[in-house]
Amino acid sequence: MSGSETLRLEVITPGGVVFRDDVDYVEAPGVFGYIGVLPGHAPLLYQIRSGRLQYRQGEEDHYLAVHWGFLEVLDDTVTVLAETAERPRDIDLARAESALTRAKARLEEFGATYEVERAQQAVARAEARLRAAEAEAKIGSQS
Amino acid sequence: MPTLLELRRRTRSVRNTEQITRAMKMVATARLRRAQEAIVSARPFAARILEVLNSVVVGAKTESHPLLRERPPRRVEVVVITSDRGLCGSFNTNVLKRCEILLKSLSDNEVGVRAVGRKGKDHFRRRGVRLVDPLEDIFRALGYEHARAIAAPLMERYHREDPEDPEGLDAIYLVFNEFKNILRQDVRVERLLPLERLDLSSSDGAPAREFFYEPTEGEIFSELLPRHVEYQIWRALLESVAAEQAARMTAMDNATKNASELIADLTLTMNRVRQAAITKEILEVVGGAEALD
Repeated sequence: MSGSETLRLEVITPGGVVFRDDVDYVEAPGVFGYIGVLPGHAPLLYQIRSGRLQYRQGEEDHYLAVHWGFLEVLDDTVTVLAETAERPRDIDLARAESALTRAKARLEEFGATYEVERAQQAVARAEARLRAAEAEAKIGSQS
Repeated sequence: MPTLLELRRRTRSVRNTEQITRAMKMVATARLRRAQEAIVSARPFAARILEVLNSVVVGAKTESHPLLRERPPRRVEVVVITSDRGLCGSFNTNVLKRCEILLKSLSDNEVGVRAVGRKGKDHFRRRGVRLVDPLEDIFRALGYEHARAIAAPLMERYHREDPEDPEGLDAIYLVFNEFKNILRQDVRVERLLPLERLDLSSSDGAPAREFFYEPTEGEIFSELLPRHVEYQIWRALLESVAAEQAARMTAMDNATKNASELIADLTLTMNRVRQAAITKEILEVVGGAEALD
């Protein structure tokens, strides 16, 4: 291990690089639960689901809403490959909430057809957005 | 000899055309810049996906993955990406011509064409080729979800391995214009499924690192592969958009130049005609005055 004090975090989506900076800590929504990464972590390839990606810079925590992807840790570089990744300030709360309501309604309506997976994904995506936005808002009100 | 009035009308019409082509060129230039940026910013993701595929391919039993397995082709689908609008030189002609050649070479199979872009749809509809879910008007607000929407049914139908299933597919091709540079677009034909042998040998010299995988390498591999397919389509769409704008820019630039030349010619002819008329009038006046003497 290089023994450096920080991690390099890169968040990449098909639309481009969303985030690239040095951070102190990363917490990502793994398929089997949240996983935290500190500097000096062993090489890791982890599949992540829709959720809240957290990173700490100094005393501040920040969040991104991510949907589907992979997290790779190698030599204190954390690469997140995600289908979408949004910063809280880009998230339209009202839209996310209405999307959540709509997706939930669709989930009930379709019951056990094959659309279920899509509706579930929509629910997960909307919830991830809301959680990230809320978490970031909480920090904003504290400082 | 055309009359002065005719020439004036002609000049005005050409000048109007010139203004339109010049405006279209400017619009295409602006759009091209955005399209180029989109391609550039999409590249890191492609590179990383390949790297991750690379790092799991050893542990995963890749031969067994259904998206990699080859079988004798019977039902084939060709995805052809054209533009919605014309006035972009040979952009659509080239890709459609290449597509016709591909269709001819596949004529032993049952072939369907999935046209993305109005021009392709119209072309194949006129020729009575079987069209599958043609898509149009997606380029103005192109998003990754379009690539996913194209890829999903293709993969689903490819997974049906029963040779008797009329909905099944055994091979899928992708035909599109690739953006080389502003002056050059190349038509590319790629086999989307079964996936061409992935070029996973680029682990040159890098020491094999011991990774922790969660879930297993095999599962990660089968999760990634469909994304890779989606990603190929996404890239083709982006390439095609940039190529289209580049082709339109070049075509409209030529049109503007031709119009300017034509206007210069017409102006010259017009001046000659006017001068000839004046000369004739003077001669008449002089002739008349002499006759009076």
